[in-house]
Amino acid sequence: MRFSETWLRDWVSPELTTQALADRITMAGLEVDAIEAVAGDFEGVVVAEVVAKEPHPSADKLNVCQVNDGSDEPMQVVCGAPNVAVGQKVPFARVNATLPGDFKITKAKLRGVESRGMICSASELELEEGTSAGILVLSEEAPIGASLRDWLALDDHAIEVDLTPNRGDCLSLKGMAREVGVLSRLPVTAPETDMVPAAHQASFPVRVESPEKCPRYAGRIIRGVDVSASTPLWMTERLRRSGVRAIDPIVDVTNYVMLELGQPMHAFDLARLNDAIVVREAQDGERLTLLDGQDIALRAGTLVIADEKQPLAIAGVMGGEASGVNASTQDIFLESAFFSPLAVAGQARSYGLHTDASHRFERGVDPQLAQIAIERATQLLLSIVGGEPGPVTDVMSPEHLPLGHEVVLRRERLDQCLALVMADDDVVDILSRLGMRVAAMEAGWRVTVPSWRFDITLEEDLIEELARIHGYDQVPVRRPSARLKLSASNEAHQPLARLRRHLVARGYQEAITYSFVAPELQETLTPGAVAPYLANPISTDMSVMRASLLPGLVKALSHNLNRQQARIRLFETGLVFRGELDDLEQVAMFGGIVCGPRHPEGWSSSRENVDFFDLKGDLESLMALTQQPGAWRFDAGEHPGLHPGQTARIMCDDRHVGWVGALHPGVRASLGIKTNAYVFELEVEALTQGELPAFAPLSRHPDVRRDLALVVRDEVPVMALMDVMREQAGEWLVDMRLFDVYQGEGIEKGHKSLALGLTWQHPSRTLNDDEINQLVDAIVGEAKTRFAAVLRS
Amino acid sequence: MDHLPQLVAEARAAIESAQDVQALDEVRVHFLGKKGEITALLKSLGQLPPEERPKAGERINEAKQILSSELEARKQTLKDAELDARLARERIDVTLPGRGEQTGGLHPVTRTLERIESLFAHIGFDVAVGPEIEDDYHNFEALNIPAHHPARGMADTFYFDASRLLRTHTSPVQVRTMKEQAPPIRIVCPGRVYRSDSDLTHTPMFHQVEGLLVDEGVSFADLKGTIEDFLKAFFERETLSVRFRPSYFPFTEPSAEVDIQCVMCGGEGCRVCSHSGWLEVMGCGMVHPEVFRHSGIDAERYTGFAFGMGAERLTMLRYGVNDLRLFFENDLRFLRQFG
Repeated sequence: MRFSETWLRDWVSPELTTQALADRITMAGLEVDAIEAVAGDFEGVVVAEVVAKEPHPSADKLNVCQVNDGSDEPMQVVCGAPNVAVGQKVPFARVNATLPGDFKITKAKLRGVESRGMICSASELELEEGTSAGILVLSEEAPIGASLRDWLALDDHAIEVDLTPNRGDCLSLKGMAREVGVLSRLPVTAPETDMVPAAHQASFPVRVESPEKCPRYAGRIIRGVDVSASTPLWMTERLRRSGVRAIDPIVDVTNYVMLELGQPMHAFDLARLNDAIVVREAQDGERLTLLDGQDIALRAGTLVIADEKQPLAIAGVMGGEASGVNASTQDIFLESAFFSPLAVAGQARSYGLHTDASHRFERGVDPQLAQIAIERATQLLLSIVGGEPGPVTDVMSPEHLPLGHEVVLRRERLDQCLALVMADDDVVDILSRLGMRVAAMEAGWRVTVPSWRFDITLEEDLIEELARIHGYDQVPVRRPSARLKLSASNEAHQPLARLRRHLVARGYQEAITYSFVAPELQETLTPGAVAPYLANPISTDMSVMRASLLPGLVKALSHNLNRQQARIRLFETGLVFRGELDDLEQVAMFGGIVCGPRHPEGWSSSRENVDFFDLKGDLESLMALTQQPGAWRFDAGEHPGLHPGQTARIMCDDRHVGWVGALHPGVRASLGIKTNAYVFELEVEALTQGELPAFAPLSRHPDVRRDLALVVRDEVPVMALMDVMREQAGEWLVDMRLFDVYQGEGIEKGHKSLALGLTWQHPSRTLNDDEINQLVDAIVGEAKTRFAAVLRS
Repeated sequence: MDHLPQLVAEARAAIESAQDVQALDEVRVHFLGKKGEITALLKSLGQLPPEERPKAGERINEAKQILSSELEARKQTLKDAELDARLARERIDVTLPGRGEQTGGLHPVTRTLERIESLFAHIGFDVAVGPEIEDDYHNFEALNIPAHHPARGMADTFYFDASRLLRTHTSPVQVRTMKEQAPPIRIVCPGRVYRSDSDLTHTPMFHQVEGLLVDEGVSFADLKGTIEDFLKAFFERETLSVRFRPSYFPFTEPSAEVDIQCVMCGGEGCRVCSHSGWLEVMGCGMVHPEVFRHSGIDAERYTGFAFGMGAERLTMLRYGVNDLRLFFENDLRFLRQFG
């Protein structure tokens, strides 16, 4: 809502500066977005009359004019505007005047002809944006010699208020004035509107077929209007200062009344209406050409204003071209209706429209206004375009009109919510000035809500009104009190924050990538993954939900590789989305990507690049936090986005919970990633479910270590061999570690030698050699049976 | 016997010239060992007349003791020198950089989220999370935003179909919590939210933290105190000015926008605060009875407040980040600044 400050002050004028007024409005919940001067900074410009005009002797496009600016003799001015004419009242910048941009007017010679001053266009005075087509022509009654600033009241501001959707009642001067009135406790003066008596009895039939959507429809014929009349400058100025462009006097008046009172109106060309106005729902596919030239197909359910033949307008949204007022219009039919907010809500948007009318009707227009507005518009129209009004037809369906409901406000509830006690008088005064009828009762007040307040239905709504007018700053500052109750805490649970910090300590940076990704990238990295597509994505690059963290991480990797970063370690946590909408899983995942040197570049570190086992080591250290070493397993696996020989399925308690592996070289090539990169992704839940530490007594007896070198075929998985060895090693085995893997001289091709250190310890006695030898024999024997392992001599 | 002084002089010279512990030990053996020369003198005492023996013995023992202690002193000197030499050899340039992994870092938005969570955890708020693909009911209906309500225009929503969408705020988590848990309720709900808006100051995904407190007798004054305390703690400015401006959210009544004195210019007016001296940082209000009704909480008995804030905005203000889009580019040069 944009309006002129002086216009507002015609209604109510608190003794506040513009800024203070704006602050007061803002702090009442009507946020002032901008305060702008309505004209440029100029002085020395007066009203003058063009009294003579002759062509310039040596320039085709220039005229030499004589203007009367109230001085003793006419001023000679050279003017290049095509529209200058004798008899016009014009804004005239005298010699020594200053125009916007600190432009000084001096005596000058233009192509040899003296020019003393300048006739100004609207844009030169910054009364409109861009470049005007010609000089500004003032109305005939403009007093010669008067300061233009004073006469047009240009020391004014356009105030732009960003209204919240609940405050449709403030989308007019009347509504804003009511607010300012209650804020400053001043009376509000509305412009006088008289009933305009009918000059004839002709009326046009109105039939409302959807009374629940259109509970009220008022209309009136005005015969014999002069559409060639021009809108008075005071009105176009007020429209301009409210951000509304002047179009023709009839549209201007309907717009003016909408701004003034809040009632959107429409004028039809009576000659182009067939038989009757019918307010009905559209049939699917009916066509209508709108005022803006757009031809649309209506949908069933859309409320339209039609005649007996065809739709004429979308009710409360926009009129149609065929029935609109044009240059040959003689008689008009004026509409002032109430459409229920639900009937209009969403309609404009669904046709890609947004109009001043739909904006208001969606939020709620005072149903009581229809009659007042039509009288006000008639009054204004008669004074501008003349004509003879007929009687007002007012079709009403009272049972559907939202009229004055009651809300009870309890004193106790008010005091409790605001933690302060407002005086009875203040409560009554504020609510009354807001237009409510207030009746005291024992527990508080019975409040009748006015027809323009669609947002007030509950006690809390009244409390908010009182709080915001009284001032939120008046509400005391307190702290909530609560019982000091400890909440349950599961110690075995690893908080995500701890897991994150663990990787941070291992050199990873946390990334946050978008949850929607490019479908091609997702298909490349996780072919066949099913995830929901957005119906209205920002771009196709962000149109499918991620089924994996990989697309985002790979994109972040590329971003950094393209910026000369060689060593990259990133991780991310967040939801991935798997499956169709109706069978959707939203799973929290932990993922990461690494590439480049194993160690940060330094004076004593190797230059080797990371490989699979670096990343696996990072994961194992994460898993160690869960205190369940036996729960985790890495099985060789295949993933279409990963290297088939360097990929593991991560298993937790035999459940597949994630992947780790090298990006597939083919995938890398297609993404332009030249370096090896390793990725992992696993379910957060598996990592957060840990176990409590369980104490085992320390043995006082020495441990015994034996190292074994076993030669097996290349394809034997070490983990499988170790599992078997562990089974045979008995209950006193306390540690088994692989300390070497050797291939090369002395080892048959296609085989590998594994060096394993096994440590035993008995809790209550010293183990003897025989016992250990037996266990070693059993281990070696079983390894031979199961894996053809040979003890290396 | 007469050559004892000569022997002692020889031994002394040998001790003096021994250059390491091993050489010194050879000197000891040569003079004082079992077959050493001084030992030999002692053994030859028997050849002396008995009356001379005590005196001679005394002299020899005396010489032996002197030499022993000189040997010991020399040994210590040599050991000290050896240690000094070793220490000198082992000198390193301690200004060389240390070895091993550099520390990474959390994303600045995570820093902010964790900080907010922890501030509220201190006054008994739990963290609650929920799905990001939501349904119309939890994102809108249950929050008192029926279909076609103009408030739906306040957030441009990403839809999947007629009823499923990406949550536009984390408020659905509040609804889900209130349905499952009886008051008193104190939760904060951090998480990703989505709005179809993308320009210099909007990204289609961002993070919010919303909070909810429901109990008996909760007032707007409690809300003001909680928010003021939070903002002062978050920005670590005890004197930070905070103002509550009436506003509208369908799920709270009364509702307020919260402005703080601009943390960039201290309220003088700058580009960040559009020269107003104030920064809008969060929205809040008393829980709307309609929301309680949808969640099955008795609005006559309980009242509550809710608040919500954008984590990116707070992060920008806290660390002086001037470009929102940096948060999701994941440029290491950016991320490392928040390690």
